[in-house]
Amino acid sequence: MDMPVLSTMRSDLATRLKPEAEAKIVARDVNVFYGDKHALKSVSVDVPDRSVMAFIGPSGCGKSTFLRCINRMNDTIPICRVTGKIEIDKQDIYDPSLDVVQLRARVGMVFQKPNPFPKSIFENVAYGPRIHGLASSKGELEQIVMSSLEKAGLDKEVRDRLHDSGTSLSGGQQQRLCIARAIAVNPEIILMDEPCSALDPIATARIEELMEELKENFTIVIVTHSMQQAARVSQRTAFFHLGILVEEGSTDQVFTNPKDKRTQDYITGRFG
Amino acid sequence: MTDIAALTGDGPIRHRQGDAAAARVRRRYRAEARFKAYGIAALVVTTVFLVVLLADILVKGMPAFTQHSVTLSVPVPAEGFGDRSVSAIRGADYFPITRDALKAAIPGIESRSGERTLTRLLSTGAPDVLRDRLVANPSLIGTTVQVPLLLSDDADLYFKGVGTRIDSRAARGTATPSGTTGEITIESTAGDFGADLATVRKAIAQQVLRLTAEADRAQSSGATDAVARVAALREEIATLRTRLDDPKSQEELDSKAPSLLVAINDGLVKITKLSDTAVSGDVLLPLSSADPAGAGAWRVVTYLTPESNRKVTDQDVAFLERFKDLGAVHRDFNWLFFSSGDSREPELAGIRGALVGTALTLLVTLALCVPIGVLAAVYLEEFASKNNLTALIEVNINNLAAVPSIVFGLLGLAVFLNFFALPRSAPLVGGLVLALLVLPTIIIAARAALKAVPPSIKEAALGVGASHQQAVFHHVLPLAMPGIMTGTIIGMAHALGETAPLLMIGMIAFIVDVPAGLTDAATVLPVQIYLWSDLPEVAFQAKTAATIIVLLLFLFVMNGMAIWLRKKFERRW
Ligand SMILES: Nc1ncnc2c1ncn2[C@@H]1O[C@H](COP(=O)(O)OP(=O)(O)OP(=O)(O)O)[C@@H](O)[C@H]1O
Ligand SMILES: [Mg+2]
Repeated sequence: MDMPVLSTMRSDLATRLKPEAEAKIVARDVNVFYGDKHALKSVSVDVPDRSVMAFIGPSGCGKSTFLRCINRMNDTIPICRVTGKIEIDKQDIYDPSLDVVQLRARVGMVFQKPNPFPKSIFENVAYGPRIHGLASSKGELEQIVMSSLEKAGLDKEVRDRLHDSGTSLSGGQQQRLCIARAIAVNPEIILMDEPCSALDPIATARIEELMEELKENFTIVIVTHSMQQAARVSQRTAFFHLGILVEEGSTDQVFTNPKDKRTQDYITGRFG
Repeated sequence: MTDIAALTGDGPIRHRQGDAAAARVRRRYRAEARFKAYGIAALVVTTVFLVVLLADILVKGMPAFTQHSVTLSVPVPAEGFGDRSVSAIRGADYFPITRDALKAAIPGIESRSGERTLTRLLSTGAPDVLRDRLVANPSLIGTTVQVPLLLSDDADLYFKGVGTRIDSRAARGTATPSGTTGEITIESTAGDFGADLATVRKAIAQQVLRLTAEADRAQSSGATDAVARVAALREEIATLRTRLDDPKSQEELDSKAPSLLVAINDGLVKITKLSDTAVSGDVLLPLSSADPAGAGAWRVVTYLTPESNRKVTDQDVAFLERFKDLGAVHRDFNWLFFSSGDSREPELAGIRGALVGTALTLLVTLALCVPIGVLAAVYLEEFASKNNLTALIEVNINNLAAVPSIVFGLLGLAVFLNFFALPRSAPLVGGLVLALLVLPTIIIAARAALKAVPPSIKEAALGVGASHQQAVFHHVLPLAMPGIMTGTIIGMAHALGETAPLLMIGMIAFIVDVPAGLTDAATVLPVQIYLWSDLPEVAFQAKTAATIIVLLLFLFVMNGMAIWLRKKFERRW
């Protein structure tokens, strides 16, 4: 791990930290089972409103699993069972009376691998607003699409090829298209599962920049394998290991002064 | 580091050197070469079979796509058409009109049998063209019309080469016929028939040798009836011998030998008795006069195929050759094959009925299969909870796909005909049965296509807040559609070629009328093939092959469409 880089980040981070925000997502004692496999063990964590929280940890430790609990994407896996409690704005999202479709409209998700619909770029972004009836006219829909593309930093590149297929874009552009698609439905929370794992440093920088802007209005949870990225973009960091939430705290604290030996070993690259 | 050292040193790497290693490599090469040879051999064998099969069908079937007709000036009498209304024109008797036109084209045929032979050359459907013309334009009544009259199947086949080769040589002497019609004799001054007589005599000599050998065999066999048999044979040999010994004797020609004819004075005489300088025979085409014909002005004609070995008689050949010489015979594309229904007359039989029946049947199948199959697949794949019941259903669908098709026919017979009392032979029932047959195929193909859509697409849709149903119908199903269509087309191609289940529900009947609706009696292409392949007429063999060509074309087009769809919608995710 490159410590000098981190130390320059740290001073930067300190100035950016906002006063302690209210928790947007509250998870208590969350357990996830895939069949008999106990993938997530008693995880409790708070995600503050309008900030970026990073989940880090070695592969297979349950980061994605936890992320998918927050928008109940795990429901699509038949063998998956979730216990415990997750609240968003103090509302239990596993409450049977809650409509999961509505929940997912509030909690957008950007997947690890860019997965644009094999439709036009415009359609990719317009799909969400259309099914939720967010636009009352064609012009309004176009406006939503363009502003979403702009927020995702993609508008200049695709302005005159809106009707090309979304899959014709490069990997980084596709990922930004997916981000535009996620923010087009105006969610409150955006979950990003390793959004930059397939991207080059320039595209990564753009997406990090984007997160910086987005966190003014959205709550962002990001899973990343890049320690530098976590340090750069997040205010809080949670370290997972073998299905256990080992340590959670301000990014500053987790990276400079980890309480747990395992966290220390991980961020200094001794295992993982 | 230690690993690399071991590899580069003289450690484990040594096993790649030496004779044993070289032998191993050689063995591997040999095995690979052998495998390649097997592959090529298999490919060559299948290709050869396929080419032979296709070539055979093509060669047999192509003639059926053309048809010969003879164009004649037909004088249409002014009377005989009642009030000249459409129904009166349709109902008129056209037989005498075409018969008279034929007689006018070949004048001088007086005998009833000659007349009958002449009219038999035309198809019974020949006057249809004339009738249609008159219906379309009644003012033609009372005038002379040029009409192509359809030839009968045997006459048509004759022009397609299933007849006889004809030899003809100019004669040297002067021939004098004794008359112009009936039985006449012709005398030649130069012994023009000597060669033919010699041929006949040679045949007799051979016959004598054969009979002698047979008699000897019978004698030495010592069977109980041998004595009588030998006596009979010896007697026959004796008569043949006397015929051979008498140089002046006349030889009678029979239908087992090539036919000999004399073309003289614009007429044709079939030789029945032959001697060196004179022949006698029947006039097939009347002579213009009984005047002597000089050297070169008359010819000796041979129909090489013996009359008993062909469908057309010498009289038929004489008439047909005359029509050909008149320039009246045309070979045209056989539209009738595509525009008419089945018929007992090969030259009138067409596949329109079977085509329409096939279309109607497949329409029913398609209308039932696609919605039911696709929805069943979508439900099973995307919505059904995975429990023992759905597992059982799944296993059974897979099993149904392997059930012999005749079983579906029996099911259709029991359920649709006997229980629901639907009409027999109807495309509706055929379609229902075929739908049952291809439904499993379509469900399996559709499920495979749905499964092939990456889950990431569905997750993306769910991620922006689409409901499960929206995700499936907006994204997964459209993406699976090319695969589903491919499966459907292949299923329909399967249905197109299916025969057995349709036999069970009575679609095998001889049906002349083109079906007009789903409950009319109908047949389908493969059943038509089956029906025609059973008929004795030679012309139906060509029709059978031609129908196979049409069916194969449909199959090629459908499979081509499936491939095209697959290529066109092939996606990168
Ligand atoms: N659909 C599934 N079925 C069964 N087990 C699963 C499934 N998804 C994940 N798991 C298991 O749950 C555990 C946690 O997986 P998860 O995907 O959350 O890991 P991760 O931390 O995201 O790893 P990575 O960094 O490699 O993406 C793993 O051991 C994995 O094998
Ligand atoms: Mg993951």
